[in-house]
Amino acid sequence: MDIRLDAISHSYGDTEVLRDISLDVPTGRIVCLVGPSGCGKSTLLRLMGGLERPTKGRVLQLGAPPQGCLNPLTFVFQDFALLPWRTVRGNISLVLEDHGIRGARADSIISDVLARTKLSDFGHALPRQLSGGMKQRVAIARALIVNPAVMLMDEPLSALDSQTRELLMDDLVALWTRQPFTAAYVTHNLAEAVRLGHRIVVLSRRPGEIREVVEIDKPLLDRAYGDTDLESIQKHLWGLMREEARAADEELLDV
Amino acid sequence: MSDPAPVKAPIEVRFRGGGFAPKPRRWVGVVVFIVLITLMEIGTRIGWISALTLPKPSDVLATFGELWESGLLYKHLAPSLGRLAVGASIGATVGIGVGVLIGLFSYIRAGLVPLVAALFPIPKIALLPLFVIWFGIDEASKYALIAFGTFTPTVVATYGAVDNVDRSLIRMGQSFGLSWFSIVRKIVLPGAMPGILSGLRISLAIAIILLVAAEMLGAEYGIGAYILEAGSLYDLERLFAGVVILSLLGVILSMVIGLIERRLLGWRS
Repeated sequence: MDIRLDAISHSYGDTEVLRDISLDVPTGRIVCLVGPSGCGKSTLLRLMGGLERPTKGRVLQLGAPPQGCLNPLTFVFQDFALLPWRTVRGNISLVLEDHGIRGARADSIISDVLARTKLSDFGHALPRQLSGGMKQRVAIARALIVNPAVMLMDEPLSALDSQTRELLMDDLVALWTRQPFTAAYVTHNLAEAVRLGHRIVVLSRRPGEIREVVEIDKPLLDRAYGDTDLESIQKHLWGLMREEARAADEELLDV
Repeated sequence: MSDPAPVKAPIEVRFRGGGFAPKPRRWVGVVVFIVLITLMEIGTRIGWISALTLPKPSDVLATFGELWESGLLYKHLAPSLGRLAVGASIGATVGIGVGVLIGLFSYIRAGLVPLVAALFPIPKIALLPLFVIWFGIDEASKYALIAFGTFTPTVVATYGAVDNVDRSLIRMGQSFGLSWFSIVRKIVLPGAMPGILSGLRISLAIAIILLVAAEMLGAEYGIGAYILEAGSLYDLERLFAGVVILSLLGVILSMVIGLIERRLLGWRS
């Protein structure tokens, strides 16, 4: 299933945050959205997931979600959004319960997803016992278990330290290689974008418009920390964003 | 240019952190009670506290013993506990229900918050005559008084607690397509539970105060009636015995809530 944004504009009151955005997220690809802070990239993601209504334009689903999909558009949040009173297993079963999946059937698919995200030993731990990286793994497991058509990832690694971020990027690449998923991935970290994105969409500062779309053909599995070709793309992206980022930074001061 | 500072012996960095972190010190509370009661006992025995100022703690204990042996303790305590249980559970249940509704629905909030604010400061004891007219002189008016007194603080605590539930968790629930009812039951209520329980601590203490007030105004049996009778006779031993029972009741209720908190809120650390 693809997602298509058709001429999306969005305002909060008098503040225009997004202007005329048209964009496709094709099946089996990771599309990264980068841009200076406050450019509306997280808003764009919430519009895609139906958590907010665009002021103008439409968000379209093209094609049917895959077999056994419980929640076509599934978020992974920056702050993990785990229920602190539920264990790891409880947090994952939360999203199955409403679909009537309980008991032994739920247990077996939860065990399977925990194994895929390297969490098998932590099923009965509470979120407060887990490190940030582990918490985000739980959130990823919770997103995978509903078999989403599109994963909407809102700065999923931004709350983590840089070492954990590297490890989790490797895990995401491994997960994607094993079973390609479709994702819209919002980040302000260009290194993440060039490691994970098949397509990188650069947004301008507020009101956010698409400045450039960069395609990276190199397979995810072949990309590594500090690749020279990736670094040149990253430099190019930074060149696009540098002035915007500075202007956005100064703009906040006189708001 | 000044001379370089003369070389001095190294000074150890003075520790200035620490504090501001209360730790459990269980026995201290017990010691405070024992010291106070011992002072009272010694004072009344030696005579620098006159028998009119304070009763001898040992006499209070003896009165308590008599109360126990004569079966009067049960006769007074049973109806009081019944009134407290019925009144407080009605008040707390309705209070939590209304508080959750206020927390969830804009119109209910806009309509009821001013009403609750208007009801909260009314001394509920002042309304007892009204309750007697509405519900009759017997048990129903006492239930109503206790329920009403428990209701307002529970409502305020509950909707405050619902307001404080992390919105990002609710958005998460919506983003996974959870039903409205599931979100309330699995995200809002557990998230509000810490606030609701700490509100209940206050509500239940108020319930005990109102229990005694209601019984003082018209009851044959009950702790309040017992204390009122002792007070009007200036029988300090019995008065104190009654007061001790109330204090114990308060401590026990607080311990019960502590137990519930440990069970339900174990996830907090």
